[in-house]
Amino acid sequence: MEDSTSPKQEKENQEKLGEARRSWEGKTAASPQYSEPESSEPLEAKQGPETGRQSRSSRPWSPQSRARTPLGGPAGPETSSPAPLSRREPSSTPSPPAPARQDLAAPPQSHRTTSVIPEAGTPYPDPLEQSSDKRESVPLHTSQSERNTFQQSQQPKPHPCGPRDVSYNNAKQKELRFDVFQEADSNSDCDLQLPAPGGSEGAPSMLETAIQNAKAYLLKTSSKSGFNLYDHLSNMLTKILNERPENAVDIFENISQDVKMAHFSKKFDALHNENEMLPTYEIAEKQKALFLQGHLEGVDQELEDEIAENALPNVMESAFYFEQAGVGLGTDETYRIFLALKQLTDTHPIQRCRFWGKILGLEMNYIVAEVEFREGEDEEEVEEEDVAEERDNGESEADEDEEDELPKSFYKAPQAIPKEESRTGANKYVYFVCNEPGRPWVKLPPVIPAQIVIARKIKKFFTGRLDAPVISYPPFPGNESNYLRAQIARISAGTHISPLGFYQFGEEEGEEEEVEGGQNSFEENPDFEGIQVTDLVESLSNWVHHVQHILSQGRCNWFNSIQKNEEEEEEGEEEDEEKEEPDYIEQEVGPPLLTPISEDLEIQNIPPWTTRLSSNLIPQYAIAVLQSNLWPGAYAFSNGKKFENFYIGWGHKYSPDNYTPPVPPPVYQEYPSGPEITEMDDPSVEEEQAFRAAQEAVLLAAENEESEEDEDEEDDYD
Amino acid sequence: RDYRYDRVLFWGRILGLVADYYIAQGLSEDQLAPRKTLYSLNCTEWSLLPPATEEMVAQSSVVKGRFMGDPSYEYEHTELQKVNEGDKVFEEEIVVQIKEETRLVSVIDQIDKAVAIIPRGALFKTPFGPTHVNRTFEGLSLSEAKKLSSYFHFREPVELKNKTLLEKADLDPSLDFMDSLEHDIPKGSWSIQMERGNALVVLRSLLWPGLTFYHAPRTKHYGYIYVGTGEKDMDLPFML
Repeated sequence: MEDSTSPKQEKENQEKLGEARRSWEGKTAASPQYSEPESSEPLEAKQGPETGRQSRSSRPWSPQSRARTPLGGPAGPETSSPAPLSRREPSSTPSPPAPARQDLAAPPQSHRTTSVIPEAGTPYPDPLEQSSDKRESVPLHTSQSERNTFQQSQQPKPHPCGPRDVSYNNAKQKELRFDVFQEADSNSDCDLQLPAPGGSEGAPSMLETAIQNAKAYLLKTSSKSGFNLYDHLSNMLTKILNERPENAVDIFENISQDVKMAHFSKKFDALHNENEMLPTYEIAEKQKALFLQGHLEGVDQELEDEIAENALPNVMESAFYFEQAGVGLGTDETYRIFLALKQLTDTHPIQRCRFWGKILGLEMNYIVAEVEFREGEDEEEVEEEDVAEERDNGESEADEDEEDELPKSFYKAPQAIPKEESRTGANKYVYFVCNEPGRPWVKLPPVIPAQIVIARKIKKFFTGRLDAPVISYPPFPGNESNYLRAQIARISAGTHISPLGFYQFGEEEGEEEEVEGGQNSFEENPDFEGIQVTDLVESLSNWVHHVQHILSQGRCNWFNSIQKNEEEEEEGEEEDEEKEEPDYIEQEVGPPLLTPISEDLEIQNIPPWTTRLSSNLIPQYAIAVLQSNLWPGAYAFSNGKKFENFYIGWGHKYSPDNYTPPVPPPVYQEYPSGPEITEMDDPSVEEEQAFRAAQEAVLLAAENEESEEDEDEEDDYD
Repeated sequence: RDYRYDRVLFWGRILGLVADYYIAQGLSEDQLAPRKTLYSLNCTEWSLLPPATEEMVAQSSVVKGRFMGDPSYEYEHTELQKVNEGDKVFEEEIVVQIKEETRLVSVIDQIDKAVAIIPRGALFKTPFGPTHVNRTFEGLSLSEAKKLSSYFHFREPVELKNKTLLEKADLDPSLDFMDSLEHDIPKGSWSIQMERGNALVVLRSLLWPGLTFYHAPRTKHYGYIYVGTGEKDMDLPFML
């Protein structure tokens, strides 16, 4: 009988192995006792019959076990069923099927358990004792169905220590291998405990002892990690059979690692999920706000208003054209930017708005919008800087009354050039930036000429944070938001172009104005008829700048700082006799507005602009694309009638030579040199003695002369 | 087709003054083997580029400025060379002509050596030598994706041997056989950014501006592409 059953058991095991684990809850398959079994718990099933048998014989442990585990060897299947039931209840055990199963189980039980009984004696109490410790299923020894039941009722990775014992017992013919398929979570500290009671069978044979020893070895817990080889191997083989990867032998080690790692994943799963979701969630929340409409009342009218006076540019259309040129952000991002711009126009009184471009930074990027406020609705902030400061050395005037006049320095700080008014020159437009669409827009401060002048001399990456300091030489007056604004101004001045004729000067300003201001206003030409795309590509003279050039002073309109200096000179005329300032500063002239770009300077034989047609194959719908070589990343396109400028890049000018930081200026001579302040060494001892000797010699000489004269006089008396 | 490559990848685009070069690379089985590079001006006709030699690199390093866009364009470079003629030693000016193709080859090679990167775990090395694509690579986790050390240079390791023994003990020899980005000089020459929340991580090189590497964490998707002028940013230390 034993032989017959054991092969059967083997077969059972194999079947179970072949099947995927299924949750027992769903399955009350009392009938398919063979097919049902979780691959993980074949042995438990075996145990069922075994214990069942044994229970009949003697049930010393059953009462104990019942208390702890459902392994209660019953006098019959029935008794055992309550045990498993009780055990399973916490884990939502399906009690109703159990009895049914047991009924069914009984007949097979008779088959199965026979072979097992002789060996089953001792091991049974083991599972009984230990299963209670385990959170997993405890093998129900009553029947195979029970095995199924408790297998399934348990958590996915049951701890069949008991079943293992049973299987071990059964595994006379090298069935140890099947033990592996029990999904045992590690931490099965089940060492073999030979149960005291029971064991009505005969003494185990030699082979069985050997098997027992081998299994004991495998079950030995590792002191480091609390695992044991037995469980690990069983996990791995289960996993392999479940997933069936290709070339499993090649990636065997990886699977081993994965299984080991899987032990930890459970504990930390919850935490990880929380943290990782957040950033994505945040952004999504913010961008969700963009997608909402926002106004509830008066919808109709507002819609009309919006449509009539839409300051919002058609970003998607421009993006479409730029995409043909191979430039731009993805559709996803462009659309979000579009919505963000809409939000901007809704919250601020803006007359015209344009998507200027994107500047990349180290940590975060900037999305820039160029905005023109409506007339009179400027949100000017109070300016705190002094426009023109008299920078005479205050000390000189304060110390006049002192006796010892300190030498007066005739250093005069160069007068700060005043910034241009808003709406003119470099400050014609106001710029808003945000790091990502959905975040609030931040207005950039207006740019002052000093910032532009220094921005020309330094080359720094943007970090993405507006308040980051810009550490450079020469020291930049401001933080990153100022530097960003300065670069935007330079890029706009250098690369914003439009087809010839699109803009024209206003008629009132037909004459050339005085030097004070170049023509700085223009308007759209209503008669613009468009230029052929091929013409646009061939000749650069068909494009003109429509932004004023920034002079080297840092402004667009020349500011004559000399006039004010003259006034200052009058006051300080008495004191300052020497001046090192030139009396006449040459006025800086830049190319006037609307100059064609063919006049742009070349950079070392490289033309300043590169023109392309977007497509050679379909010329009728192609657009002309211009890339700037001076500011890499600046693009302009036109399809004859429409045009648009765009920038995407790091925000730096191109130079074929390396950047060299400017040398600090030589030390400035502040004070007139003269004996008062010139240092002199103190005379040394020899010099002093020599000096004294010389003086004494002079005195002696004088005395000698007198004495000679006296002598002469005395002689005369004789 | 004719060249029997395992995979052909689009490498990027080098912008020239007159025309752009589109570059593609063909890979063979062994991922670390030198790749064959092809270029095209219009994406339809491709020509093979010769592999880069050190000579080429040295020559092209003297050429500065943009690419022209014409592969047969020649740069002229004057060098002073000492010429021994008999007993006299005098300097002569020699004009060296460098073809743009050569320059193209060396630039691509330099870029690959310097800034081609892959995430850790995407390739693994077998004891037999060839490196294979790791089929069980499931992508970096989010926390790993933000760290520079999870990305490797896609080239033979240069610095691995210089690591201390302690560090080496932590390495997994089948995965960590390339240099990681952590020790790139100058520090901070990579910019890591997450886009779309955490759905995509983008690394941009600051040394070769225009090199962009992307990876979607937890997926197998990653790749890099170069779109730029083909010039190294020599001012990097000033700009950081």
